[in-house]
Amino acid sequence: MPSTEMYLTQSADIASRTLGDDTLIMSTLDSTIFVLNSVGTAIWNAADGATPLSRIVQERVCAEYEVTDEEAFADAREFVGQLAEHGILSISDAPVPPLEAK
Amino acid sequence: MTLSMQLPGAETTRDVVIEIGGLPIDVQTTDAEFERILKGRYRDYIKPGPSSGFSLDVQVINPETFDPDADAEVWMEGREWRMERGDFRARWNPAERSGQVQQSANPYSIDSVLRIVHTLMLAPEGGFLLHASSAVRNGKAFLFSGVSEAGKTTMARLAPPDAALLTDEASYVRKVDGRYFAYGTPFAGEFGEPGKNISAPIAALYFLAKGPDNRIDPVDSGSAIQRLLRNILFFAHQPEMVRQVFHAACAFVAAVPVYQLTFFPDQRVWELIG
Repeated sequence: MPSTEMYLTQSADIASRTLGDDTLIMSTLDSTIFVLNSVGTAIWNAADGATPLSRIVQERVCAEYEVTDEEAFADAREFVGQLAEHGILSISDAPVPPLEAK
Repeated sequence: MTLSMQLPGAETTRDVVIEIGGLPIDVQTTDAEFERILKGRYRDYIKPGPSSGFSLDVQVINPETFDPDADAEVWMEGREWRMERGDFRARWNPAERSGQVQQSANPYSIDSVLRIVHTLMLAPEGGFLLHASSAVRNGKAFLFSGVSEAGKTTMARLAPPDAALLTDEASYVRKVDGRYFAYGTPFAGEFGEPGKNISAPIAALYFLAKGPDNRIDPVDSGSAIQRLLRNILFFAHQPEMVRQVFHAACAFVAAVPVYQLTFFPDQRVWELIG
């Protein structure tokens, strides 16, 4: 498990729509479109700024899919890192107060 | 007997009301040549009498540059939209439903301004202009969308006599009482002819691809929204506008069947439409 926790906050500069198990996200800054599969959608929906990524992975990913904690967490870190690079998610090492979260 | 006279130097304002998609815009000018251009280009879309809707005051000038092929820039300044290209400069105030344009006496600049202003008016109500040809057959509208060379104009050329062409270039989509309608537009592409000034509820949107035979395949919602967004005419990139267009595309795909139409370019493709 991680030495430092990661807290995820959805950017305010996006528009999103859930379609079945998937989620379509559009950056309102550059109009880039992202499509998240069901696992990505589960993590995205739990990105409330207060729940650590490790808990999201355990409760939303490992509980639903056949995957080890280590493998799931490594994949999730890479995934949220990519979303953060595109500015549709921010990552902090402490919980984000609700007013700062979307 | 009624006498009238015009003072030397006084200019007469000429009103040409151009109604596209049920939204009339009163284009005002003092330039007689420009008025003649408007009446010719938009002849099927001119509404008699003054408009109680929207107005655009066009000042005809001789600009230093003329480049209608340049990309238009659209941005918000205060409460007004500003738009600029190599051949025109314009502003649009949505709250006052009016704007001003500076351009030379040519049809290309006003055509672009009208397209932009219509996209700005449509976005808040969930409508949009789409890179697509469209036609009405049996009381239903069909849209054929795709990138350049996908076959939009080809579908228009192949349309049978019982299909009324709405446009071969920019389809006009409005949401009225929860239903999506396509309207004819004067915005012509390679076909060179304005569309018929009628409207009908949209029965289907087809994304075009050329192939060895004619086939219709379903498109899943996610792909449909992405492809639709790539083809919506989208001049203003302000976050709120992007958000409106995104939600408009999602709502459209939820309400209108979307397919891929692979077609061999001859008349038989229309046997699948209607």
